[in-house]
Amino acid sequence: MSAPAISRREFLQVSAAGTAGLVLSFYLPLSAQDKPPVVTPNTWLKIDPSGDVSLWVARSEMGQGVRTSLAMMLAEELEADWARVRIVQAELNPKYGDQTTGGSSSVRQSWPMLRKAGAAAREMLRAAAAEKWQVPLSECTAREGAVVHAPSGRRLGYGALAAKAATMPILQDPPLKDAKDFRIVGTPVARVDGPRIVTGAAQYGLDFTVPGMLYAAIARPAVFGGRVKSFKADAAKRVTGVRDVVEVPRAELPIPFGGKRGGKGHQHFLWGGVAVVADSTWAAMQGRRALEIEWDEGPAALESTAGMRSAFQEAALRPGNVVRNNGDAPAVFERATRKVEAVYELPFLSHAPMEPPNCTALVRDGRCEVWGPIQNPSGVQAALKLALGVPDSAITIHITLLGGGFGRRLNVDFPVEAALISRAVNAPVKVVWTREDDLAHDYYREASYHRMRASLDDQGRVVAWWHHIIAPSTDAFYEGQVSPDDGGAEIAGRGMAAGTVPNFRLEFTHVPSAVSRGWWRAVDATFNTFVVQSFIDELAAAARKDPLALRRELIAPVGTAQPNPAGVDPARLRRVFEMAAAKSKWSSPLPQGHGRGIAGVFGWGSYVAYVAEVAVDSGAVRVERVVGAVDCGQVVNPDMVMAQVEGGIVFGLSAALKGEITVESGRVQQSNFNDYPVLRINEMPQVEVYILPSTDLPGGMGEPPVPAIAPAVTNAIFAATGKRVRQLPIRNMA
Amino acid sequence: MATFTLTVNGQRQTIEADPNMPLLWVVRDLLHLTGTKFGCGVALCGSCTVHLDGVAARSCVMPISRVGGKKITTIEGLSPDGGHPLQQAWLAEQVPQCGYCQAGMIMSAAALLASKSAPTDADIDEVLDQHICRCGTYQRIRRALHRAASRGKA
Repeated sequence: MSAPAISRREFLQVSAAGTAGLVLSFYLPLSAQDKPPVVTPNTWLKIDPSGDVSLWVARSEMGQGVRTSLAMMLAEELEADWARVRIVQAELNPKYGDQTTGGSSSVRQSWPMLRKAGAAAREMLRAAAAEKWQVPLSECTAREGAVVHAPSGRRLGYGALAAKAATMPILQDPPLKDAKDFRIVGTPVARVDGPRIVTGAAQYGLDFTVPGMLYAAIARPAVFGGRVKSFKADAAKRVTGVRDVVEVPRAELPIPFGGKRGGKGHQHFLWGGVAVVADSTWAAMQGRRALEIEWDEGPAALESTAGMRSAFQEAALRPGNVVRNNGDAPAVFERATRKVEAVYELPFLSHAPMEPPNCTALVRDGRCEVWGPIQNPSGVQAALKLALGVPDSAITIHITLLGGGFGRRLNVDFPVEAALISRAVNAPVKVVWTREDDLAHDYYREASYHRMRASLDDQGRVVAWWHHIIAPSTDAFYEGQVSPDDGGAEIAGRGMAAGTVPNFRLEFTHVPSAVSRGWWRAVDATFNTFVVQSFIDELAAAARKDPLALRRELIAPVGTAQPNPAGVDPARLRRVFEMAAAKSKWSSPLPQGHGRGIAGVFGWGSYVAYVAEVAVDSGAVRVERVVGAVDCGQVVNPDMVMAQVEGGIVFGLSAALKGEITVESGRVQQSNFNDYPVLRINEMPQVEVYILPSTDLPGGMGEPPVPAIAPAVTNAIFAATGKRVRQLPIRNMA
Repeated sequence: MATFTLTVNGQRQTIEADPNMPLLWVVRDLLHLTGTKFGCGVALCGSCTVHLDGVAARSCVMPISRVGGKKITTIEGLSPDGGHPLQQAWLAEQVPQCGYCQAGMIMSAAALLASKSAPTDADIDEVLDQHICRCGTYQRIRRALHRAASRGKA
């Protein structure tokens, strides 16, 4: 994946900082119609006369380390003294460009523009020093917060130079540092929020307060699409501390951007329900329990996981929409003598970030201000504009720390709830969701059903690959219709078979469902990678080949390949597999009941391969060790890459070993971590991570570590027991 | 509503609250000590862990009326300056990702270290498997705990 091209109309400019220092801005046009900069352009950095440097971070911190890594890019080119850098969280402002934190995009998109901003400021500081000293610019070196003139031994700190630097010309294409000269990028800089986290001072959405703030708990319809028919609030209003009870309407919130087909946008919505507003969270929760509500459950009350499975099975008997086709897989498969067929099934999954959804809002005098753990501030603004009928200019969005995100907070429901309730009670309001609210009203990773067919030739080569995905489409949920490449847009690349197997067919069938779906860390790759990397193992077993050897064949073209649509570099993909295999001693013997499995994935500009080692005892699966190899291009912070891999493995293992959301009578059956369990410390495997050195453009690392762990584990279970896991979560193997 | 006198992080405080209000919401909403987190509300995730007379307790299921005269310690009161060996070890190992569950983890780890100066992995599991971290910091938590324990011995 290439970095976004820098438009010629982007440019840097300096704000009127006067003697106060240097404030460098970087203007990013949002579209071709966008006007040149207005009065207050966005600001990436500020240098005070004291020498303190402030760096603005315009993405949301949810544990991926973005407040540290983005600042590192700026500081690197600025040649700042990291010890004097202060991080400022940017509010929503179109001048920062895209502020959505998703798709493992923050590092990838910020890399060119933040480096450029830092470098431009550095050049202004150098120019200021050269002019002051009346020496050639080429003799002035910027380093660690100062400019040095080596021939004369003179040195001036950035603080002393800032005011003069602000009068220097701004280079629109400043020279960027060579990777070999990086002093901050590529080093394990400690995350900037660490000290506040370990002392309890870090502020998440739930911790935010404003004077006079009230707390709200909302009774939302248990059944998807349900509505309030009538309610009685008398008992709730008698609960001590309850101030008011207001209905929150169910509402459609079509946001005019973000859609695949351009212009149509995303269909978001409000769940609706009845809100109890009180002077403490506890009082709001108690008041909610006392509500008497009659619901109109609507048609979704008939929906169930069992019914959906029947619909999947029926759909698998009919052809799907052809997403991708090379050669004639059905014909080759039909006349083949060596065939492999399998069905794979995966459940709905919930995000369950540790901080439940919440948001604080104040709507007053035609203005709206919100503070919350938000991944998608521009989407929230668009939704607030619709819900409140106020212009963008009347909406201010502050982003707190996020207690996990994983895609849940790309949705806009919780801030709009807070704003509507604030308007109704004319006071600042914090809406607090419980864990039960969260698990029952999520935007779930879609359930899916996969019919796999393949055939081998005499030499055991894969000559036909036929994959039919059946699922309630997430694209259809957000966009109101199935897109032509739904469910499998990227499978061709991620799966390795497309582009290398001469006869390849990918089909997709959308099965309607009232269950809300959404982007869950790594999205469609979570199910596609499990299925494809498992089925490759099934084919290896049928061909009596080593699973790694068959992967080598499928990475390198063996037939009438066409260029891989996902932009995979086969050499990089192969390298991570080889590294994971070597570090895990892939071919070495293991004790009875133990097994090793391999799987990999690429996407978001990065490549990840795992070898998992499992022990199966009386059918119980224990993941003992995972060896990971990563190529994410230029590494910004190696310790954070490691943390993302460790964390991605835990997230993926929680899903593989435990995760399942089921639906009965149109409502989610799970309620809390007792029936939606996740991995705990006693189940943590030993994780080793190897990062391949690279000077390619930085890749994303939020999502790539998640998808390959499930198939690595189930492939290891097969190696240990001879039993193939085709349904997640993994059950007892006995 | 009833009046309660509490000792929180060494300070005596008097509050008025519903006797059933869990300690979690008393410290968060009434005393504005927000380092103690809400994660599940039913003692399944450990995010709300505080100390009562030095013993780890789940504040989300502890009605304020049952706290009595026990001394309450929250993450804000674990050390005056963030210098507790566990807080330092947590930074040295760069444990936190989002950080939301970490106060609860540290409070349980501190209670463990107070009773067992050199816990084994099994000891750690026995206490911290009552906690949940969705970011997946478990491996580093283990390392940090061992680091803090070895510092205590030296």
